[in-house]
Amino acid sequence: MTMDDKDRLLLTILEDDSRTPIADLADMADLSEEEAAARIGILEEQGVIRKYRAVVDWEKAGEPEVAAIIDLKVNPERDFGYDKIAERIGRFSQVRSLRLISGVYDLQLLLVGRNIHEITSFVAEQIAPMDHIRETATILIMKTYKENGHTFFEREGGERLPISL
Amino acid sequence: MRDFVAAQARKIPPSGIRKFFDMVQDMEDVISLGVGEPDFATPWNICEAAIYSIEQGSTSYTSNRGMPVLCQEITRYLDDRFSIRYSPETEIVVTSGVSEAFDVAIRTVVDPGDEVIVAEPSFVAYSPCVMLAGGTPVPVQCREEDGFALNADALVDAVTPKTKAVVINFPNNPTGGVMRTADYRAIADVIVDHDLLLISDEIYAELTYEGSHTSAVTVDALRERTITLNGFSKAYAMTGWRIGFLCAPKEICDAALKIHQYVMMCAPVMAQVAAIEALRRGSRERDAMVREYCIRRNMFVRGLNRIGLSCHMPNGAFYAFPSVAETGLSDLAFAERLLSEQGVAVVPGRVFGESAEGHLRCAYAVSRDNLRIALDRMEAFMAGL
Repeated sequence: MTMDDKDRLLLTILEDDSRTPIADLADMADLSEEEAAARIGILEEQGVIRKYRAVVDWEKAGEPEVAAIIDLKVNPERDFGYDKIAERIGRFSQVRSLRLISGVYDLQLLLVGRNIHEITSFVAEQIAPMDHIRETATILIMKTYKENGHTFFEREGGERLPISL
Repeated sequence: MRDFVAAQARKIPPSGIRKFFDMVQDMEDVISLGVGEPDFATPWNICEAAIYSIEQGSTSYTSNRGMPVLCQEITRYLDDRFSIRYSPETEIVVTSGVSEAFDVAIRTVVDPGDEVIVAEPSFVAYSPCVMLAGGTPVPVQCREEDGFALNADALVDAVTPKTKAVVINFPNNPTGGVMRTADYRAIADVIVDHDLLLISDEIYAELTYEGSHTSAVTVDALRERTITLNGFSKAYAMTGWRIGFLCAPKEICDAALKIHQYVMMCAPVMAQVAAIEALRRGSRERDAMVREYCIRRNMFVRGLNRIGLSCHMPNGAFYAFPSVAETGLSDLAFAERLLSEQGVAVVPGRVFGESAEGHLRCAYAVSRDNLRIALDRMEAFMAGL
């Protein structure tokens, strides 16, 4: 797979706004529309672009979400380590992200539900009883200050002068 | 009462950009492409390092040259990024921005009566600084057909027995032009033959889009007769910190250090701390900003060409430099009318030198949304001509 600067420009643009029209993409990467479209097609085929998705504010949509971080202590399995149990946990749609971590705990997952009850019952009934799980710690998220690189507390920046020397 | 203003201070012209844009201050809904500074705030890790150092009570003078650890970080950075080597102990002075570095460089080498060749189009501060040192600035024009690089033949034509130094700035403000190794070799011959000194302002070095920046002193013959200027303002979005540096062979650097210590003592300590953080952990954000400038450059320059303002694709800095020749308007008339009729501020090329007449300097260090609005307004303006 050969990536060049033009590909990386396209990816940077799409990562910020995956609905950028092809004409704008072509301009911003200084390519013809045909070449921009062809390059994006290749990036999709190669799995460099894995998905296009919307960032939804479910609270505004009338369906507020509750989120929690769940830390798990897990007994690794012979031959498989943590992979098999991780795959098993990762299949749940409620699990937004799942990572193997260093430190006291082994796996960390981000769980979303419509209310606290959904979260706690999911942990108690689905995760905790699983084979190989030794311990769980549920950490409720109370307020989000930053998500996926976007801060939720932007203040007005200092005003630039309209002209400089 | 006598007139206390010195003749030399009276003689230097006010900045043409400032003069043109005094009117912008009072207008509403203006999109300004007139600002030669990044629209990004300084990356937070850099700010945080400075804040922490203030909390720790680090508020005193530093060594005149600059904090030793910063001098080491800068020389390491120059080696890593541009393959140029300077001694952190003897060949660098940390300054309050390149503006101070340039003033110090000029005063280090210019005697009254010396001529200093300034490659134009150029930043507006060079010639006044030369005049303040008692020197005579001699403009040499870089032409569009040379990609706005300095042409060796044009340079040699400007040399006289009084010529002492040559000032260049690549990547260039306002043209976005760059110099490559072959360009430097060509002017190196002239500079060596006539025993001149080169002052190379490379503040836009990191903002080079195709290929990487070529530093003047990578040409061996120039190493012993060049003062290299650079800083943090553009690459790390640190304009307000006022932090830059000057690198030169020891004998020149020793003299520059004397001037710096008498007029500035040292660069602000908090800005020096911030600069250390920028060099140690700032490359990721720096590169992301450069990529964003590249995206904006592409969309803006193609947009300009589409609406009928012919513009070469500039290889560096963050300025587009379209020609207004096709419109029949002068750069000044175009800029004035564009501002009053459509609320878009650009700088008429003539303030940067004779060969910039008929061009506009448009800084694309503004958001993509504002660039789109500016293009729409410029298109409407062109349609009304």
